[in-house]
Amino acid sequence: MSPLQTLFPNIDWPEIAQACLDTLLMLGGSLLFTLVLGLPLGVWLFLTARGQLHAKPKLYGVLSLVVNVLRSVPFIILMILLIPVTQAITGVSIGIRGAIVPLVIGAAPFFARLVETALREVDRGVIEASQAMGATTGQIVTRVLLPESRPGLIAATTVTAVALVGYTAMGGIVGAGGLGALAYQYGYNGYKPDYMLVTVALLVVLVQILQSIGDRLVGRYSRR
Amino acid sequence: MIRFAAASKSYAVDGALVPALHPVDLTIEAGEVFGIIGHSGAGKSTLLRLINLLERPTSGKVFIDGRDVTDAQGADLRRLRAGIGMIFQHFNLLSSRTVADNVAFPLRLHGGKDDATIAARVDELLELVGLAAHARKYPAQLSGGQKQRVGIARALASRPSILLCDEATSALDPQTTASVLELLADINRRLGLTIVLITHEMDVVRRVCDRVAVLDAGHVVEQGAVADVFLHPRHATTRRFVAEADHREGRGADFPGVSGPLFRLSFRGDATYSPLLSSVVRDTGVEYNLLSGRVDRIKDVPYGQLTLAMHGERLDDALAQIRAAGVDIEEVAR
Repeated sequence: MSPLQTLFPNIDWPEIAQACLDTLLMLGGSLLFTLVLGLPLGVWLFLTARGQLHAKPKLYGVLSLVVNVLRSVPFIILMILLIPVTQAITGVSIGIRGAIVPLVIGAAPFFARLVETALREVDRGVIEASQAMGATTGQIVTRVLLPESRPGLIAATTVTAVALVGYTAMGGIVGAGGLGALAYQYGYNGYKPDYMLVTVALLVVLVQILQSIGDRLVGRYSRR
Repeated sequence: MIRFAAASKSYAVDGALVPALHPVDLTIEAGEVFGIIGHSGAGKSTLLRLINLLERPTSGKVFIDGRDVTDAQGADLRRLRAGIGMIFQHFNLLSSRTVADNVAFPLRLHGGKDDATIAARVDELLELVGLAAHARKYPAQLSGGQKQRVGIARALASRPSILLCDEATSALDPQTTASVLELLADINRRLGLTIVLITHEMDVVRRVCDRVAVLDAGHVVEQGAVADVFLHPRHATTRRFVAEADHREGRGADFPGVSGPLFRLSFRGDATYSPLLSSVVRDTGVEYNLLSGRVDRIKDVPYGQLTLAMHGERLDDALAQIRAAGVDIEEVAR
């Protein structure tokens, strides 16, 4: 017996490798759609808030409420509630493709709020200077707000990616697959502590990698 | 030419309208350096922002080159703003862009220019403000004075006819302030553009402005040529600003132990450097004590202002001779 088999007698390594791949696919797919939906939503929140470029307090109130509601629902419940929606969009209710819909709906409002906060950090004077130069709101968003808040946006993306790792693991419980599913099925339900240990260790490594990539990018783009 | 016609601004605070600026009538001529001085909260920042409509007047109108711009919107408003440069107390540069990209920013906003044209214009502007060697640096790597020079280069990029300066030197040390003011005066002379600057320092007005308006609690309380306002301030607020500039704040015309009437003599132009007092003394035999004074320049015009105690039998003759030489005399109450 090899040392690996001695230490972790129950583990089927190819299955672990497949689960890693599934987790990465779910993470990549859901992160992509979270950014695509959350960034405009965050910009919209920022622009419509009181005292901002396109202040519309009532619209802001509605957007803010929707974001808060989606953020308050525990992700595990959101997943189950969204099964009909998932089925309508993807044709399946579980699996990797099925998991991406609730992951995005759970994470996009969270990311949007972080985007809004990052944009508020941009110096108002710089926005005023751009207005004084005759910039349109669109130009202010793309040429001033987003570039100026780039370190904050990267940090927001990192936090969101890490949160998504946690969500994908939860998704495993309702049949999404991935490392979380293994931890739950074999580690928890099947009383195989070595499965629990290996899957959790892999998740820790994944989070560490995401965080250090994020930190490095923030460092590279910080000019203050 | 910029003209305010009864332009006012009020802000809604807790449902009530609070006036920041009472109706102002003011004309700023093309090519002049016009100063607006006031304490913080006097409304000068609001008045400045009415020119490029960062603030809209609550009532009244704003004219630029004879055109009513009060309600300009959309593309029209953006074109108007492109023709008005603005610099700020805290520079307001984009921290994520290099010096060259900051200066190129307004040129890229309005399109229609290729990269080579923009690069050439940026080089020319950085040369003008003396920062050609810093083109690739980021704002965080520059000193305050250098940042303001980038701000000036950026403001001039679109060849505006008006430059607005919002407390442009208030965050700078005295030496840097002097060099930035010199640059502004130079730009005004060479490019002939109208400069409107707001400040709370009379010294800034004295050094670069042709005319000045004094704002106090949203009212223009005094306006005119800088020399007139500076040498003969009428309103209490103006007097305080002038006193601050002379570093004689809080000291009145109280000179204990000095007898005889006190006079303030104001010289301007060539009279400043003529040996007037010694000839008056020789001709009339009066005696004088020099109590306080300052000889300096208002923009390019030399001036002097001396407070004297004067006495002698032929005092009236002496005063007449001084007046005849074109020097203003005021008797100072004591």
